[in-house]
Amino acid sequence: MTLNVPVAAIIRQESGIWRCEGYWTLDGIETLDRPLSGIRWPAGVVQLDGSGIQAIDTTGALCLLSLVADLERDSRQVHRIQFREEHLALLDLVQERRASAGVLPPPPPRQSGLERLGRSVAFHLSGALGFLAFIGEAAVALGRLMLHPGRFRWRALFGNIETAGVNALPIIALLSFMMGIVIAYQGGQQLKAYGANIFIVELVSLTMLRELAPLITAIIVAGRTGSSYTAQIGTMQVTEEVDALRTIGIPPMDLLVLPKLLALIIALPLLTVFADALSVFGGMVMARALLEVSFSDFLDRFPQVVTPTSFLLGVGKAPVFAAIIALVGCYQGFQVRGGADSVGRQTTVSVVQSIFLVIAADAVFSVILGSVGLWR
Amino acid sequence: MALSMEPAAPVIAVRGLRIQFGATVIHENLDLDIRRGEVVALVGGSGSGKTTLLRAIIMLLQPAAGSIQLFDQEIVGIGDSAAFRLRRRFGMLFQQGALFSSLTVRENVAVPLHEHTRLPAQRIAEIADLKIALAGLPADTGAKLPRELSGGMIKRAALARALALDPALLFLDEPTSGLDPVSAGAFDELVVQLKESLKLTVVMVTHDLDTLWSATDRVAFLGEKRVIGYAPMRELTRAEHPLIRAYFEGPRGRAAREQMCRAK
Repeated sequence: MTLNVPVAAIIRQESGIWRCEGYWTLDGIETLDRPLSGIRWPAGVVQLDGSGIQAIDTTGALCLLSLVADLERDSRQVHRIQFREEHLALLDLVQERRASAGVLPPPPPRQSGLERLGRSVAFHLSGALGFLAFIGEAAVALGRLMLHPGRFRWRALFGNIETAGVNALPIIALLSFMMGIVIAYQGGQQLKAYGANIFIVELVSLTMLRELAPLITAIIVAGRTGSSYTAQIGTMQVTEEVDALRTIGIPPMDLLVLPKLLALIIALPLLTVFADALSVFGGMVMARALLEVSFSDFLDRFPQVVTPTSFLLGVGKAPVFAAIIALVGCYQGFQVRGGADSVGRQTTVSVVQSIFLVIAADAVFSVILGSVGLWR
Repeated sequence: MALSMEPAAPVIAVRGLRIQFGATVIHENLDLDIRRGEVVALVGGSGSGKTTLLRAIIMLLQPAAGSIQLFDQEIVGIGDSAAFRLRRRFGMLFQQGALFSSLTVRENVAVPLHEHTRLPAQRIAEIADLKIALAGLPADTGAKLPRELSGGMIKRAALARALALDPALLFLDEPTSGLDPVSAGAFDELVVQLKESLKLTVVMVTHDLDTLWSATDRVAFLGEKRVIGYAPMRELTRAEHPLIRAYFEGPRGRAAREQMCRAK
């Protein structure tokens, strides 16, 4: 069955007649375009002989017809001779369909820098307004829920606490333990130089409890849970499941957003406490190994230098971070339009935005708490 | 010479096929021949493995045993490069269209051309526009995104992509499901017309009785894990097998046949 003849479309001149030969198929015409442009066509009448064509498909027919069209545009006459009946039928079909085929639209006019800037500002402003509106909707839904607490979806709440909270424990434990080690190691080198080894307790405990543990936990949860919220709601949006919920009479806010929001507001502070403990433990391990501060020395000093306020300030930020992550994640999910592509894009936007907003909120907290004198 | 006189050599030959998922056997000892230039439909009740058989033939699924020959080439255990060359020779229309949602219709049709040929981009755009027109879509469809299309247009756009490489063999998975009767009828006509003018072999999975009557040459009935009937529609509806009778003797089956007889 295998043929060793090269599959190619050929066109050559023989005693004034242009013979089309070989395979005018998708495989054959790949090699044709370059030689075609090199041919010097005679003026007046061109005779195309199709008797040598072994096979022709729509692509080959398209090539042949565009060749004919080019020749006729240069005011030559083209005579097709000795084409087979079936090949002519295909050429006619392609000719007819080609007439109705679209022409490539002109490329959109290039936008000036100013226009792009303006469009980008307008786009982001409308995004921010949309997010505000979404927060408002969520608040209204929450208010409605207060009036009818019986309609709350407890199963969804507990399910979300499990996936966002319990299942995140191992990764939070590992990362906050390592953060404790890093901080103790870096700070310890400096303290050792001054012989102030015991101050490692202040360094590790205050840094971790007030700033780093809540922040690290929020960032991990934003990457782990916020993204999954966006992807889940986004996919449901694509498959019209969100519309189905609305049709059945279940507000998507009630089923998809509030349980996630409340679950995260409950889970994130607990995760933060867990991260506090593990990161301080990491610092203790490092302090003993590097600075000869034993576990008991560390734990003796810990309650003297760490006030409950420090601990509560750190944990108190967590519900705010949780609300940011859940709301951004859900909002971006509802922004999905179209298909898979959009799900990916909104998921990226969701993670970037929620991490950005968490860090911005943390900065605002620092300024406000500092200005009211809550340094310790 | 005597061999080449035989009018229609099989394009697809399935022998002793077994497909199973875990302990569930879908097909057991299944044989099926599809000749060049035929339109063959695979029918059968839900869960009889029509789509599964189709997926095995287009190399999306490895059978547990048996042999499938596509264009005289064994595809069970085929190598990657041979499979790549073979994929160029058939087109598949997926049930939901499976158009790439981030690309316009023209770009969707151009994907196989970019992947399998080294034609210049301008020529590929021309070919894509021709295929869009061949599938019966209006000229401005090429620049649209899949989400802007209606159900019927998605099927046609997916057909245009399936035809991109001028395949000799076309697979259609439920081509008329979800279409209104007028669009479904027009789609059937389109398939028959393309089959005639492009000399295609068409294999389709369908539940649409009107399609079975108007567009097919032969119908293979799947049941009891194999092909239990394989004949032109008129003969198949007279078959004795209880499964086939139940399928065609329902009120809808009878209505379609009566309508068909009246039309002729």
